[in-house]
Amino acid sequence: MLRRSVLAGVALAGTLAAAPLAAQDAQEYTIGVAIPSATHGFMGGLNFHAQDTIKRLEGVYPQLTFVLATAGNAGKMVNDIEDMVATRDIDALVVLPFESEPLTSPVKAVADAGIWVTVVDRGLSQPGIEDLYVAGDNPGFGRVAGEYFVDNLESGSKIVILRGIPTTLDNERVEAFEAALDGSGIEILDKQHGNWNRDDAFNVMQDYLSKYPEIDAVWASDDDMAVGVMEAIAQAGRTEEMWVVGGAGMKQIIKRIMDGDPQLPVNVTYPPAQISTAIEMTALGLVSQTPVSGRMIIGSQLVTPENAEQFYFPDSPF
Amino acid sequence: MSETTAKTWMPSFHVLGPLLALIVLIILGASINSNFLSYGNVTNVLARSAFIGIIAVGMTFVITAGGIDLSVGSMAAFVAGVMILVMNALIPSIGVTVPVVLLGMLTALVAGFIAGWVNGVLIATVKIEAFIVTLGTMGIYRSLVTWLADGGTLSLDFDLRGLYRPVYYDGLLGVSWPIIVFALVAILGELAMRHLPFGRHCGAIGANEQVAKYSAINVQRTRIATYVLLGMLVGLATIMYVPRLGSASASTGVLWELEAIAAVIIGGTALKGGYGRVWGTVVGVLILSLIDNILNLASIVSPYLNGTIQGVIVILAVVLQRGKKTDG
Repeated sequence: MLRRSVLAGVALAGTLAAAPLAAQDAQEYTIGVAIPSATHGFMGGLNFHAQDTIKRLEGVYPQLTFVLATAGNAGKMVNDIEDMVATRDIDALVVLPFESEPLTSPVKAVADAGIWVTVVDRGLSQPGIEDLYVAGDNPGFGRVAGEYFVDNLESGSKIVILRGIPTTLDNERVEAFEAALDGSGIEILDKQHGNWNRDDAFNVMQDYLSKYPEIDAVWASDDDMAVGVMEAIAQAGRTEEMWVVGGAGMKQIIKRIMDGDPQLPVNVTYPPAQISTAIEMTALGLVSQTPVSGRMIIGSQLVTPENAEQFYFPDSPF
Repeated sequence: MSETTAKTWMPSFHVLGPLLALIVLIILGASINSNFLSYGNVTNVLARSAFIGIIAVGMTFVITAGGIDLSVGSMAAFVAGVMILVMNALIPSIGVTVPVVLLGMLTALVAGFIAGWVNGVLIATVKIEAFIVTLGTMGIYRSLVTWLADGGTLSLDFDLRGLYRPVYYDGLLGVSWPIIVFALVAILGELAMRHLPFGRHCGAIGANEQVAKYSAINVQRTRIATYVLLGMLVGLATIMYVPRLGSASASTGVLWELEAIAAVIIGGTALKGGYGRVWGTVVGVLILSLIDNILNLASIVSPYLNGTIQGVIVILAVVLQRGKKTDG
């Protein structure tokens, strides 16, 4: 009900504001957006940016209708996509596959039906299905962090790593991080899975602190994990001993980098707003003749106290 | 019913199985890493066990009475979220003071009470299967906390956190508060199970509901009471949890329900009800935490295999104690 009245309002505003556009291209399009539900910080940010972008685009292009579905597992996502094709007659699909393997053939079926497919972040296991691929740079995410460690630690320094949930994405990041450290003489004491979860990271870090008398730096590889890690370090009273690098640009962490917190010198981005890039480009491809097919990799950048302000989104939940 | 005669000698084996597993784990841990028995590590493991432990004691009563509660993990996340919102909302009017923290604690207990009561009434009065009711509320609480946090994380006000933090990190005579509370809950739980009518009624209902009813036990009220007790213990666990990281999100308390149920069963309580052992549950909780701790301290195997090792140890611990019981 609410949604319908909002749509009506947007449509009304649209006839006033975007009248020339509508005249240009009266054909209506429906875009389906299938993303994982907001189960953790990063996905929460991604859901926020997806809804934000959809609201913005519905205002700008009145001829576009969006169907947003969030799924808690791969099976539900497959059902969502089938429903979109069967009942909503979508012209384009923007999908962040919950898992690569189970989503590959359902998405291929959508592509085979002549529907535009944009894949975000996690690639399908078979190349060439999607028309547009938008993703963050996972090896870059590890490499940029690794380079910072090499530049700021002496040879012989000892570090520990917290890994995410065991996935190819996590493997790519950690491999690139280790490759960047190659030959620097920095010793990696341990790497265990903190599952991108604060509580798990807290426990793993507590155990690292019991096990290793000397740790010079921690690559937490994610900002949620960085929060748990810092709390464990504070509890052990070893705050002065080591610094922590997280990742993905959570707003609270970015704020602390802006404020020059010595324990959090830098961060590496892996923007949840990449979903916005994907939806915007898909919409642009439908309503105009702008070519948007291909691969778009959004680079991972180093956030420092000097540039942190441009990565700070106080309204986002992440 | 030959069970009564069997029970006189069985408990010794029941107690020994999980205890043996625990002792083996402790010896293993000590031999792998010299820091394992250090004050810091022991405190860490016990304090981190406290959340699951407090909940598992309540779960022991629910399972003993023939019920199950799958919602406790989501409930903890939801209670933590509500508690943080309430405390943050109180700051403008009351300021960063102790009463805000106390009101936050009260909120947690009340929220836990209501959540447990809803489960209990739906199960005992409306007579819906416990599995279905709590599967439903599990989804409800999980999505409510996601909604409250707007998909992100709810964080406690920074200054208030400083005031509340000692509840997790400080303690009495070097024993941190979560450990003390866990110990008290376990002792009171054991007393209630063994020496109060409530404990005996739970066992009776779990063993045979019809017989319990004919024995003038108020089945409905006792059943609701087990869920209310569990809900309030979830609130208590949340009171100890929130000061640790000062935040709640959709990933808070994921799978706690299964860990709590596993701890109860490892400890020798029968999953189909009728017989409960609170001390066993405590041992079960410690076994589960120690496995994680030892795997982190050891790093001998690929971390990908951690789940396998946990699974094998859990099954072994139960096999040990069930060895001579299966014929019954």
